[in-house]
Amino acid sequence: MIGWSKRRRLPEPVVHGDVLLEAFGVTVELSGKTVVDDVHVDARAGEVLALVGPNGAGKSTLLSALSGDAVPSKGSVEVRGRSVSAWSALELAMRRAVLPQAATLSFPFVVADVVAMGRAPWSGTPRDENDEAHIDEAMRRCEVEEFGPRSFQALSGGERARVALARVLAQDTDILMLDEPTAAMDLRHQELVLRLCREKASAGVAVIVVLHDLGLAAAYCDRVAILHHGRLEACGAPAAVFEADLLSRVYRQDVEVFPHPHTEDLIVLPRRDHGFKLG
Amino acid sequence: MTVTAPARRPRSTPSASEPPRVRMGRAALLTVVMFVGLAVIGMISAGHGAYGIPMGDIVASFLNRLGVGGHALERVPESVLWDIRFPRVVLAIVVGACLGCAGAVMQGVFGNPLAEPGVIGISSGAAVGAVCAIALGVNLFGNWTVTVFAFISGLITVLVVYSLSRQGGRTEVITLILTGIAVNAFGGAAIGLFIFVADNSELTAITFWQMGSLAQASWQKVMAVLPFALAGLIIAPMYARRLDLLSLGERPARHLGVDVERMRVVLILVVAVLTAAAVAVSGIIGFIGLVIPHLLRMAAGPGHRFLVPGSALGGALILTAADFTARTIAAPAELPLGVLTALVGSPFFFWLLRRTRRKQGGWA
Repeated sequence: MIGWSKRRRLPEPVVHGDVLLEAFGVTVELSGKTVVDDVHVDARAGEVLALVGPNGAGKSTLLSALSGDAVPSKGSVEVRGRSVSAWSALELAMRRAVLPQAATLSFPFVVADVVAMGRAPWSGTPRDENDEAHIDEAMRRCEVEEFGPRSFQALSGGERARVALARVLAQDTDILMLDEPTAAMDLRHQELVLRLCREKASAGVAVIVVLHDLGLAAAYCDRVAILHHGRLEACGAPAAVFEADLLSRVYRQDVEVFPHPHTEDLIVLPRRDHGFKLG
Repeated sequence: MTVTAPARRPRSTPSASEPPRVRMGRAALLTVVMFVGLAVIGMISAGHGAYGIPMGDIVASFLNRLGVGGHALERVPESVLWDIRFPRVVLAIVVGACLGCAGAVMQGVFGNPLAEPGVIGISSGAAVGAVCAIALGVNLFGNWTVTVFAFISGLITVLVVYSLSRQGGRTEVITLILTGIAVNAFGGAAIGLFIFVADNSELTAITFWQMGSLAQASWQKVMAVLPFALAGLIIAPMYARRLDLLSLGERPARHLGVDVERMRVVLILVVAVLTAAAVAVSGIIGFIGLVIPHLLRMAAGPGHRFLVPGSALGGALILTAADFTARTIAAPAELPLGVLTALVGSPFFFWLLRRTRRKQGGWA
């Protein structure tokens, strides 16, 4: 197709532990207000990185800077060692996939078509021969196979979110950015999404995921970046950064952090000494 | 909304970019039906009128001109056929294709099924340029003057509407329609001004714009718009797959590798070219670009690879049929074509508005 067949570089092979994406002192201003302030993070192949923080901390804005949508006023973002703005839209699409917070669709495409859209960047490359397999696989993983012939617009919020995730997985990139993928989902599918993140990571993908549920972050992510007023408050393994004082201050809510009796995963709970008994 | 049978592609098909088989079959069937319909309506239209010409003679004369058999007709029927009827049928096909295609592209770009050149004021914007060229007697580009003027003012209008009705990467229905009202009002006023300064013969020509008609059809008119129409009709389908991706929203489309900014510029130019081509020769003919893509979407799904060329074909078919109706239903008088399409189209538009509102649960 014209415009698609231009000379383009296919993604370089990935080795576990490679830094695939790095933000250098990124500052983003939205209508004069500094929303992300001097943040340095990196995403490595084989790792799940969680971005957490209270509402308005700048998580989504940071993610849009990392994906190349928002232009930093200071600092820079590099994807595979090259500035995110230097890549063409198509070359970037072969390297990173982005799940938006809300999945919308202007026209009544059926679910199978929506998932197939994820394969668009590979059209006309040697990798488009596997389109079918990737689509089937992504739909199976996200448990949306039976929706295939249904209209996307007829699905519930949580179902749409899974279809959108399947589309992003079908894109089959080495960097995966998910903006609150669990927001509209029930318990089962929240777990499913993060299990998928883990599986992708063990296949060598660098996963960046914005999360609100700190328990999920602690259980599934290799590193957690805590944002507060646009600044990076802490970044490291959950065991190292999930510390009651820090979280209580950032969230302005007393929390307690303790290990699960069997799995040792950290559990973060608001302190509820409300002094009344239910029931 | 279409729900089709489970879409299983055969494993041997290398590309998943193909739409599901069932709807592909439906699209192919529709294409054939529309082509046949167009040929039949075209022939009937060429044969009917104040001077009737039998179907067999039309075929014979047509084949004769192609140089593959047949025979020439007598002087009068031959002249009626080739100097009056055929140019009119061809012009209806070209204008209809432009309007249908422009509607499909515009709805895709705005991500809104109510976008249409007539509804949101692009047509009247283009008409301002055309009327300006006629009223001031400009003749800068010879045969193409009116078309070029229509293109320039149409383009300005698209840009204005686009920038006014979009906010945060979205176009809300209500904003779009209200913008259309404002733009149409301004276009109407501008045309009024030109009518005010025009003399009598120009006045007659201008009145024709406001009602929309193909009665002035000639080969010269066909040639005046054909390059513009072809340019638009060829470029538009190249963006079909990217329009599919755009329906996910601007950012997701960009994440999938679409250069959204560039695509938007190209497609706005395409819409302006197509609308200008149609308006320059036929005046304002509304609702074709609204109704056709909508019906085709219901019949064969929203995929733009069929929708964009299909709407061109469907527009050609419907406009040829509408023009035939307009000039025969009240014979020997002739209904203005724009009036006829608006009579049929506006109730449809009304129904569409109500349906959209119901789905969104109100406007505010």
